[in-house]
Amino acid sequence: MVSNENVNNQEETKWLRCSNCRDLIYKRIFFENQKVCPLCNFHYRLTAHERIELLFDKGSFVEINAHLSSVDLLGFKTPEETYEETLRRNQEKTGLKEACITGRGKIKGVECIGIVFDFFFMGGSMGTVVGEKVARAFEEALSKELPLVAVTASGGARMQEGIFSLMQMAKTSLLAGRFKRESQKAFVTLMTNPTTGGVLASFASLADFIIAEPGALIGFAGPRVIEKTVKAKLPKGFQTAEFLYERGLIDMVIPRSKLSESISEVISIGVNR
Amino acid sequence: MRRFSYDFETKIIDLEEKLRKVNQLASQNPSFEREVKELERKIENLKKKVYGNPTPWQRVLFSRHPERPKVRDFINALINGFIPVQGDRLFAADNAIVAGIGFFGGREVAVCGTDKGKNTRENLTKNFGMAHPEGYRKCLLVMELAERFKIPFLTFIDTPGAYPGIGAEERGQAWAIARCIEKMLWLQVPTLAIITGEGGSGGAIAIACADRILMLENAYYSVISPEGCASILWHDEKRAEEAAEVLKLTASDLHSFGLVYEVIPEPLGGCHRDPNKIFKRVRESIKKHLDELMVKEIGTILEERHNFYRQIGNIFK
Repeated sequence: MVSNENVNNQEETKWLRCSNCRDLIYKRIFFENQKVCPLCNFHYRLTAHERIELLFDKGSFVEINAHLSSVDLLGFKTPEETYEETLRRNQEKTGLKEACITGRGKIKGVECIGIVFDFFFMGGSMGTVVGEKVARAFEEALSKELPLVAVTASGGARMQEGIFSLMQMAKTSLLAGRFKRESQKAFVTLMTNPTTGGVLASFASLADFIIAEPGALIGFAGPRVIEKTVKAKLPKGFQTAEFLYERGLIDMVIPRSKLSESISEVISIGVNR
Repeated sequence: MRRFSYDFETKIIDLEEKLRKVNQLASQNPSFEREVKELERKIENLKKKVYGNPTPWQRVLFSRHPERPKVRDFINALINGFIPVQGDRLFAADNAIVAGIGFFGGREVAVCGTDKGKNTRENLTKNFGMAHPEGYRKCLLVMELAERFKIPFLTFIDTPGAYPGIGAEERGQAWAIARCIEKMLWLQVPTLAIITGEGGSGGAIAIACADRILMLENAYYSVISPEGCASILWHDEKRAEEAAEVLKLTASDLHSFGLVYEVIPEPLGGCHRDPNKIFKRVRESIKKHLDELMVKEIGTILEERHNFYRQIGNIFK
């Protein structure tokens, strides 16, 4: 069975079962199709590296601020593990230092600064390092006069860094605000599954243009929290990209195969002035 | 009717009730005077013991105390000639947000706050202090007014969080909060935020990105509620007490981190025990900070504000 948590090419079988439509899909086709089910169009999660490979021109992406990694600011620990141990476990699991990668690259020939979240690292949660990398990415885009593309996949602010995580909403919004005041280049967010909480309620939703992948869950609160609050079942398709598109909160829903093209068009605004 | 009390303070509330009765007797029969004195002493000692050093969870409980002064009470006590802004001019009136222009001392100010109800009936209209997007968009309007009139912008915060509901999502809760944060950070007038009770996550930070953040001693400010944190960590909301410890959400924690500019002390056992005293202290504190901010050039204020929010939590490996 293909699950959103773990889709890799290691298994020996030729066939996979889609966890969404439950149909059998030919493994080679699934990967050729950029981890989108060819039958039901379900968009499986990508790692940050997979996303970069898919979105940016081959070999064009150069990471910046790669060295930054988090420290335990609060002495946060549960009986199971300390925050330091949580970090180490996630670093080993993903091969990443933190929940987002930032850098400079080209999308269909258009140079830009990229922020790419990785949901597999602590649910793409935003702590101080993610906030700082986002802030520095905006500053880099400003100083190099480049457009900025943020690809989000995040459950929100990182609980383990407490108030410091919440404050990253302020920090990243400050920089998004600066970019929008001082830059004549575009700021685009590509929201992928899921984009919720503190990331959505800060820089991500402040973009000039918001694009989302089909079916992506996008919302302030998680569906379970809402269900518990309103004590009712949520309508079908609630908080999906398509739902928000209909309500005018996002501008485009674009399938994975067409993303590079669409984003490159948007970030071309004002580039050749 | 018996007064509201939390488990850890039941004894005090009971003794206070007894004192009230004995006092009545004493007014008719002086022989009860001694018992009054003794009860008073007992209560004082017990209060020091029970209230002297509250745990983070006990502070959270104080911040939610049903008798705790609400944001509207602070505005009524501190702001004269309040002219309200009722709605966002787009969708609806959100009673969880009180907003408008008024006088603080002799000075015109723009004010926004999240307001809880005092009882269930009020809370039905105020949604327990949980704002919808239209509430935050109302705040944006008042921020614009502050800039137009070049008057300081004051916020009072007491909210469990922004409302997590269907309509709120449909109308862009996250979008509205982000706009508030951004607008407040770039606001071209001095700003002051006072967290009087609950500082619940995104719903609080939306109007808390001020030049200076002040907190009442028993207020809390957190990325997630202790209950939410406990349910994620241990799948058990009842372990909120432990979660309150690990989150470091008290005013004194946040002051030690350099995030909160000043902690305003409360009367022993919570500010609901002496509302006038807390109004007085908050008034003095606001006056002091506004006086200090108002003499600065707006350019300097923005530079300091931006440096502050830019460097928050900049501790890495």
